[in-house]
Amino acid sequence: MNLTLKVWRQKDASSSGRFVEYEARNIIEEMSFLEMLDVVNEELVAKGEDPIAFDHDCREGICGTCGIVIDGSPHGPWDATTTCQLHMRAFKSGDVITIEPWRAKAFPVIRDLIVDRSAFDRIIQAGGFISVSTGGAPDGNAIPVSKDDADMAMDAAQCIGCGACVAACKNASAMLFVSAKVSHLGLLPQGEVEQDRRVLNMVRAMDAEGFGNCTNIGSCEAVCPKEISVDFIGRMNRDYRRALLRNE
Amino acid sequence: MTIRFESKVPSGPLSQKWTKYRHEVKLVNPANKRKFHVIVIGSGLAGASAAATLAELGYNVKCFCFQDSPRRAHSIAAQGGINAAKNYRNDGDSIYRLFYDTIKGGDFRSREGNVHRLAEVSVNIIDQCVAQGVPFAREYGGLLDNRSFGGAQVSRTFYARGQTGQQLLLGAYQALSRQISLGAVKMYPRTEMLDLVVVNGHAKGVITRDLVTGEISAHASDAVVLATGGYGNVFYLSTNAQGSNVTATWRAHKKGAAFANPCYTQIHPTCIPVSGEHQSKLTLMSESLRNDGRVWVPKKSGDVRQPQDIPEEDRDYYLERKYPSYGNLAPRDISSRAAKQVCDEGRGVGPGGRGVYLDFGDAIRRFSKEKIEERYGNLFEMYERITGENAYERPMRIYPAVHYTMGGLWVDYTLMSNLPGLFVIGEANFSDHGANRLGASALMQGLADGYFILPYTIGEYFTSTPKLLPSTDHEEFKKAEEEVTASTNRLLSVKGKRTVTEFHRQLGKLMWDKCGMARTAESLKEALEKIPAIREEFHENVNVMGDATELNQHLERAGRVADYMEFAELLVLDALRREESCGGHFREEYQTEDGEALRNDEEFSYVACWEYQGEGNPPVMHKEPLVYEEVRMTQRSYK
Repeated sequence: MNLTLKVWRQKDASSSGRFVEYEARNIIEEMSFLEMLDVVNEELVAKGEDPIAFDHDCREGICGTCGIVIDGSPHGPWDATTTCQLHMRAFKSGDVITIEPWRAKAFPVIRDLIVDRSAFDRIIQAGGFISVSTGGAPDGNAIPVSKDDADMAMDAAQCIGCGACVAACKNASAMLFVSAKVSHLGLLPQGEVEQDRRVLNMVRAMDAEGFGNCTNIGSCEAVCPKEISVDFIGRMNRDYRRALLRNE
Repeated sequence: MTIRFESKVPSGPLSQKWTKYRHEVKLVNPANKRKFHVIVIGSGLAGASAAATLAELGYNVKCFCFQDSPRRAHSIAAQGGINAAKNYRNDGDSIYRLFYDTIKGGDFRSREGNVHRLAEVSVNIIDQCVAQGVPFAREYGGLLDNRSFGGAQVSRTFYARGQTGQQLLLGAYQALSRQISLGAVKMYPRTEMLDLVVVNGHAKGVITRDLVTGEISAHASDAVVLATGGYGNVFYLSTNAQGSNVTATWRAHKKGAAFANPCYTQIHPTCIPVSGEHQSKLTLMSESLRNDGRVWVPKKSGDVRQPQDIPEEDRDYYLERKYPSYGNLAPRDISSRAAKQVCDEGRGVGPGGRGVYLDFGDAIRRFSKEKIEERYGNLFEMYERITGENAYERPMRIYPAVHYTMGGLWVDYTLMSNLPGLFVIGEANFSDHGANRLGASALMQGLADGYFILPYTIGEYFTSTPKLLPSTDHEEFKKAEEEVTASTNRLLSVKGKRTVTEFHRQLGKLMWDKCGMARTAESLKEALEKIPAIREEFHENVNVMGDATELNQHLERAGRVADYMEFAELLVLDALRREESCGGHFREEYQTEDGEALRNDEEFSYVACWEYQGEGNPPVMHKEPLVYEEVRMTQRSYK
C-alpha cells in the first residue's frame, strides 16, 4: 500500500516544529507501524535527508518507550495496543496519516516525535516504592495476600509508563499513571504501611511537574495500552483524602 | 605478561563455599563506604538491583542507561517467571536440585561453585521481591503460586501473569528510585557508555555520551560495574530490544577484559516467524505455551494443505516422537534444533517454509476455549496483532530466534573481570548458564548478582587494593575522550552510499546462516572470511546522517553496529575453535548417531577466555579449566 504521512518535525526543544509531508511506498500489512517508519527513514537517508526521530526499544509492547499520536489518538486506532504493536493492516492504501509526539506541558518535545518523560520518574522517586532495603526480608509466604487483592494490584502494576494517558487527556493529567502505582502498592499489605506518605508525596510531585487535573472524562483509560482502569483514580482520590485527614 | 584465569572459587564442600566466602571476606568500614565511588552501567535487573543495593550500603553510586528511563531495560520483556528453590510445592525441590538442573541444563560448561551459589540465593530473591511489593501470582489461601516451566520436573517458577520480568524490573527500579530520591544514586538516563578508562591496570572510570546533547563526559570511580546485557543483536534479528548492544562490553574487552565463550548463544524455540525483509525484530511467545500446545509439521515435505485439512495420520508430532518423556517441553536448544531439522527437510510451514505449528486444538478440546484463554489470552492476542491469525482456530506458526547469550565478559567467583576493578553482572557476564540457559533462570541470575552477590564481593576489591580515585584530568581520561570523539567523527565523515541498517542486516544474515543454530567448520571459515570484508566496506561506505552534537539515533546505531562488526569475528572464531557440540553451540560434525549434541569433555571442558591483542592482531585464547568436584558429567538425555 502507499500512504501519505504528515509528520511533526522539530529540531530540538528550543526550535519550533512543523508538519512535513512524506510518501510511504510499498508498505505491506505485516509491517508494524514503526517498521513502516523504518522504511521511510531508510529512504530519507538514501536521499540525504535527516531521518525522523522516534523513541522505541523493545518493539513488543512492554518497555513503554514508544508513543506516537496517530491521527489524533495516542498509539493509534487499535485498542490496548502500543505503537510498536500496531500493524499496518489497520490502514489501507491511499490513507493520509497524521503523526505527532505526545503533547503536554510536562512532556517537552526533545526532537521530532521524542518527548522528555522524566517527570514520571520524578513522581516515582517521590514515593512510588516500598521503603525496604536489600536483605532481611521475611519469607515470601510469611505475609498472605488475598488472591483478589494480588490480582487487582497486578492490574494496576501492569502500567508501562508510556504516557499515553497524559497525551490523551485534555488536561494533560497524569492521574491514571500515578493512581496505578499508588493502588498497586497500597493494595498489598507490604505497601499499606506507608500508603499515606506515598499518596501525599506522589500527588504533590505530580502537581509540581505541571500535569493537569482529572475531570473524569476517561480518555486515559480508552487509550491505555494495558487497559488500566479509571477506577484506580477513584481509589487514589479516596486514599488521598484519607491521608489528608489523618495527617493534617 | 601472562594472564591467569583463576576462578577463585573457595575451597571446601560445595554447599559451604558461599557461606565460607561471606564469613571470611573483609568488610569495608561503614563510615568509609561513602568514600568509594561506583559506576554502574545499565539499569536492567542486574544494574538496577546492584545500584540500589550498593547505595543502601552507603557507597556513592552513579548509574547510566541509554533508555529514557531506568524502568525500560530489556529485562522488562521477560515473560515466564523466575526460579527459586523454595520447595513450596513439596514436590522434592531443593537447592541441590536447582543447582543440578542448572548445571545439567548448561551442558556441563558452567562453574559448579557459581551455580550452587545462584541456587542458594534464589530463595532470598523471592523474599526480597515480595517485600518490595512485586505482585506475584497468589493462590486463594494467600500464598505464592508456582508453575513448572521450561521442562523442569518440579514447580519452582514464581510468576506475575505473563509479565514477570516487568514486575521484577519495576521492583528494582522502585528501589533504585528510592535511592535516587535520597541522593545516594545519581542517575544518568539517555546516556551511553562509549569507553572504559583504565588507570594503572585498574578500571577507574568511563567516557559517556549524552544522547540528547551529544556531550562527551568523563566520570571517574573506584570501581566500574557493567550490567549491559547480551549481544544477541549481532544476528540483526533477535528477540532483544532495538537498543540492546555489545558496545560497553566490547569496548571494555578492547581495554583488557577477556571475553568468555562468545559462541554460546541461545536460540529460543517459540518465536513468531520472519515475515519479510522489513522485519526489525522477532517476537517471543512465552515458552509456557508449550505446556498445552503440541508442536507438529506435515509428515510429507511440500504438503501445502491448510493445517485443519491435514489429518492426524499425516502429521508428525516430532518432539513427542523423539523425546517421549519430555515431549513438547524438551529444553530450548533441543527443541530449536529439531524445528530447524524438519524445516531443512522441506516440511516447514508458512511463508518461506520456516515455521512449525504449535497447535492448541487438543488442549481446547480437553479443557475449553475459555480455559486456554484464561491461561494464554494475552499471548494469543499478541499473536493475532502481529500475524492477523486467530490461534484458537488455526495453529500458531512458530520458529526459533536468537534470544539470549550465555557468553560474556569473563569474571571470577567475585564477579570481577581479569581487569581489576571491573565487575560484570547479569547477562553481560558469562558465568552461570554454561552453554545453555534454562527458562526462568535469567531473571534469577540478574537479581542474584545485583542484590546478593556483588554487594558482598565488591568490598573485597576495596579492602584488598590501595584506594585510588583518579581525577578526570588524568591523561588516560583525556586519551579515552579523544579516541571516542575521533571514532564518532570518523563515522560521520564517511558519507558513503549504504545505510547502517543495510550493513547490520547483511552482517546478521551471515551470522545466522553460518553461525546460527547449526555450525560447521566450513560455514564458520566462510564467515571468518566474509566478516572483515563487510566491516571494511562499512567503514568506507556507510552513510551516517546528522552531527555529533545533537540527538542522533542514526549515529548511536552506527557506533553499535561498528562494534558488532568487530565482535562477530570473535564469536565465529570461538565457535570454530570449540570442536564439540554443547548446549546452544551445535557443530554438525559433532553429534551422536541420533543427532544430539556430542560433547568432548576430555578436550573442551574449559572456559575459552579471549584476550584482545590490538587492532589487526588475532586474539589470544586462554583456558580456565572447569573443575567438577561434586557432579559427574553425563550426556544430557531428555528422552
